[in-house]
Amino acid sequence: MEEYGMKVEDKLYLNGYKTDESGGSHLVIKDISVCESCELKQCLFVCACAVYEQNENTGRIEINYEACVECGTCRIACDNIDWNYPRGGFGIAYKFG
Amino acid sequence: MSSKLKYDVIIVGAGPAGLSAAIVLAKAGVKVIVLERGKFPGSKNVMGGVFYSDCMKDVVDEFPGKAPVERHIIDQRMWILDAHSSVGFNHKNELFNEKPYNCHTVFRAKFDRWLAGEAEKAGALIINNTVVRAPLMENGKVIGVKTDRPQGDVFANCVIASDGVNSLFAKAMGLRKKIKPESVAIAVKEVIGLDENVINDRFNIKGDEGVTIEMTGSYFNGETMAFLYTNKKSVSLGVGMVLKDVLKNKLNPNDLIEQLKKHPSVAPLIEGGETKEFLAHLIPEGGYKEMPKLVGNGVMIAGDSAMMVDAIHREGSNLAITSGKFAAETYLEAAKKGDFSEKSLSLYVTKLQNSFVLKDLKKYKGVPDLLQTNKRLLQQYPKLLNQAAFEMLNVDGVPIKDKEKLIWKSVKKEIGIGHLVKDLFKLWRNMA
Repeated sequence: MEEYGMKVEDKLYLNGYKTDESGGSHLVIKDISVCESCELKQCLFVCACAVYEQNENTGRIEINYEACVECGTCRIACDNIDWNYPRGGFGIAYKFG
Repeated sequence: MSSKLKYDVIIVGAGPAGLSAAIVLAKAGVKVIVLERGKFPGSKNVMGGVFYSDCMKDVVDEFPGKAPVERHIIDQRMWILDAHSSVGFNHKNELFNEKPYNCHTVFRAKFDRWLAGEAEKAGALIINNTVVRAPLMENGKVIGVKTDRPQGDVFANCVIASDGVNSLFAKAMGLRKKIKPESVAIAVKEVIGLDENVINDRFNIKGDEGVTIEMTGSYFNGETMAFLYTNKKSVSLGVGMVLKDVLKNKLNPNDLIEQLKKHPSVAPLIEGGETKEFLAHLIPEGGYKEMPKLVGNGVMIAGDSAMMVDAIHREGSNLAITSGKFAAETYLEAAKKGDFSEKSLSLYVTKLQNSFVLKDLKKYKGVPDLLQTNKRLLQQYPKLLNQAAFEMLNVDGVPIKDKEKLIWKSVKKEIGIGHLVKDLFKLWRNMA
């Protein structure tokens, strides 16, 4: 794949988030075994904010919910994600929108 | 919140649909509460940025008035992009400089916050930081909502669900089917800061005048609509691709916008700019055929939740405002009879059917399928168009007649006469 200018990690720093530390992730994988046998692993490329990552050692999908902007793409792209809104007031808070 | 909270109407989500409903209802003296999950109205809300003014007529006394708008649009450009070229046309009109302005660019985090203020002035109660988790039902009728606050049940005669494209409320109500990847586009956008004078020079405008550029074509590997809109001191650059194509071609949305930034027709317009915010949002593009059921007993669905987006004309927020107004008017009629059943609320659907909202969505109902099944329309044709333009404009000693033959030959090779006739017919059938 071609190298592009600005990395998504650097863009996410620009956004305003209020992370729900105590409540934890609003995104939950329903059944880990489904991920293990998933060939496409669309969560790894379809998310604009790189929320989903595969752990190099364990091979498991990990969720960086702090980076989520709640667009819902993963919810439509994969049936194995229990997708909810973050608790009231938490998550992304756009300045421009 | 107490467990005995009772309002006339509960509105789920403080976006354009919910807030216009809240304003119309509050002005009529209805006791209305708006539940918003963000820390302020607009904090979760995204669009490309063009807001059409006409729908605000019956909502606020004066528009834009003190509304936070960026630039009024006087020049609209449409570009068909290929790998390193573009073919475009535009419409710039001095009439678009006359008030009331046709449309403005806006930032939704600012705009929705302002609109919520108008709703409060009218008498609506806006409660932020509150997620609606589920409808409360009794005898097959919605009687309220369950929120994520302690003892957070709220009761009402009627609920207006305007909770956006993901509408978990419509889903929980069973009013709509599962959303398919071909029915939504994943759109990413960057707000890129630029000096006001630089914007005016680059886009050939002055004062508060603005430009919009819509882009599609073979530069993108999938059904795509991209845009570049001028704000006062920034431009909004975005790209949206139908999720089915993103999945099929294994693309990443951030790569798409980075690729767009590099196109030679785009790069000089954003050069030297500094990204201020990175946004992602789903656009409900399934059209008329994928709309949910719009009413149930004690509930109406409005705006993005109801898939009210006319992607062909990049309209959405005006459909949302209009549907919110209709939902409010329907409630007022239903309240006269004290009947909030599905049958009574079906007046909402009639109002939508008699307006541009459902008439426009119905007119283009075949387009989403057409663009998904006929890949020539956004791939081969844009490529040929760019090649043909180059052939005709590049002077290289070859007689024009021979160039025409060459173009016609590639049309026959790339498309085929049979396909060409069929495609033109299908386009005419679906668009005219």
